[in-house]
Amino acid sequence: MNPSKTMNSNPRQTAPTVSDEAMTNPSGAAAPVQHSQTLPTGRSIDPDAPVTFDLSKVSVHYGPKLAVDGVDMQIRRNEITAFIGPSGCGKSTLLRCLNRMNDLVTGAKVGGTINFMGEDLYGPKVDVVQVRTLIGMVFQKPNPFPKSIYDNIAFGPKVLGMKGDMDEIVERALTRASLWDEVKDRLKTNAYGMSGGQQQRLCIARAMATDPEVILMDEPCSALDPISTGRIEELMLELREKYTIVIVTHNMQQAGRVSDRTAFFTVEQGGTEGARVGTLAEFNPTQQLFTNPSDPRTEAYISGKFG
Amino acid sequence: MTAQTHVPSAPAPVPAAPKSLQGTGREPWRPRVFRYSLQAALALAMIVLATLVIDTAIDGAPQLDSSFLSNAGSFNPDKAGIGPAIWGTLWIIGVATVLIVPLGVASAIYLEEYADESKWWNRMIEVNIQNLAAVPSIVYGILGLAFLVRGPLSLGPVVLAGGLTLGLLVLPVVIISARESIRAVPAAIREGALALGATKWQTIWRQVLPASVPGIATGVILALSRAIGETAPLIVVGAAAFATTNPDGLDSRFTALPIQIFNWISQPQAEFKLLAAGGILVLLAILLVMNSAAIYLRNRFQQKW
Repeated sequence: MNPSKTMNSNPRQTAPTVSDEAMTNPSGAAAPVQHSQTLPTGRSIDPDAPVTFDLSKVSVHYGPKLAVDGVDMQIRRNEITAFIGPSGCGKSTLLRCLNRMNDLVTGAKVGGTINFMGEDLYGPKVDVVQVRTLIGMVFQKPNPFPKSIYDNIAFGPKVLGMKGDMDEIVERALTRASLWDEVKDRLKTNAYGMSGGQQQRLCIARAMATDPEVILMDEPCSALDPISTGRIEELMLELREKYTIVIVTHNMQQAGRVSDRTAFFTVEQGGTEGARVGTLAEFNPTQQLFTNPSDPRTEAYISGKFG
Repeated sequence: MTAQTHVPSAPAPVPAAPKSLQGTGREPWRPRVFRYSLQAALALAMIVLATLVIDTAIDGAPQLDSSFLSNAGSFNPDKAGIGPAIWGTLWIIGVATVLIVPLGVASAIYLEEYADESKWWNRMIEVNIQNLAAVPSIVYGILGLAFLVRGPLSLGPVVLAGGLTLGLLVLPVVIISARESIRAVPAAIREGALALGATKWQTIWRQVLPASVPGIATGVILALSRAIGETAPLIVVGAAAFATTNPDGLDSRFTALPIQIFNWISQPQAEFKLLAAGGILVLLAILLVMNSAAIYLRNRFQQKW
């Protein structure tokens, strides 16, 4: 059980303070050991962790409208990075740039550069299908296919032509999503017969079945009750050992409970016609962001002054 | 127990209501008249329909026996049957199905998944398909006569020409209903598949299309049941008014149920009119079966999102 589960609704009051040592500890602190000075997620972060996504001056236009501007950030391997911020701040938009789902929106245009493991994600020769096999995604509302539980998991491996015993692949994915014991006797039944929380874990299992590097989660718990939310958060903490996770959440407590680093986005009047443009206000280790924010806007947001 | 702590007090004062809650107990006349006129309109429609069906059933039911269903056309009313007409109808409907399923589904997929709405030619195609669905059937008959029976293809008045004509007639309806079924598949399903690294083609072929098959099938059956009752285009393309043998191939002459019925009704003898009533019952029965199949498919397999 994650010790931060009992965290008070205001993380500033109860979260242990983070020291500079924890931030600069070079001793490969990726192991999930209980450290005296740890993040809410129960581990300290490695400042030298490899960079999975390197964003530089990223902007997103929808047609003539600028939605997000000037984002610089580095998302690191085997960490959970949370995007928080008020509605319209562009956090989901930015997330969808990371596996090029924004390509599906007509008129969407990404500026700046996003490097994924050293390669330009928007380079001219990049195959979006290849991108999405490495960078999986879980959506706001559970979206299982109207097929059996088994077929939901097997779809990804099948279209990618993955070798190996499909039964094993399915079992492994469901086990990783701690769903196997609940569904092993009804793999052939329709996924729509599952509860909302189970459906969302099925979608996570489905994303893992293709062995991605990264799993993007766009408000994965917003349609779920608190118990299902808790299970998914536990699952995310387990999955961190194997995957890099980026999660968009409206729920600041959730960001505080699960993430290693948090990016706070804000939306401001800008441009010539007073259009609302999302920008990155602060990106810091989660504990620092919640206890000692460097930007006054972060402080105002997390203490409930707006949003 | 709260008995010890609860001290009964004087009843709270009841404020006087600003006006009484009592109504007249009767529905005012305007809504009542409105409701009665709705019921009357429905009753009129049902009575007319029931009269037609019952009148036809009284005349036609005695005709329905195995020899009527299997015998060929004859100038002797006692020997005349609708065998070739039933087979002719099945043949042309079969040809129409083979034409409209692949063409209709392919067109619908293109328009829903690939066509760029901002391009004028795609919008023009859309508007034209809507318009084609409303073109009178006899116009399709003339088209069939000019291009299939005679003209470039010169097939002659055979099963293939009749089936293709009916297929073209209902193709717009099939495209429209298939598009609706494809559109009903939520965007979340497409995103889910694409996010797993499926190509657009794999997403459509393995997720979108299977999910919309019940809706497409329902649309196809309803379109075919419209085609089955069509008379005018078949007359124009030259369906035989009198057939003594069942059609045995795409290139054989044919008749069809509505043609046979029309032919019998035009005969002067009263016996043929009774035969026509029997033919109408057979046609109605086939339509009923097809529409029931469509409703069953829709209720049983349609995905609730």
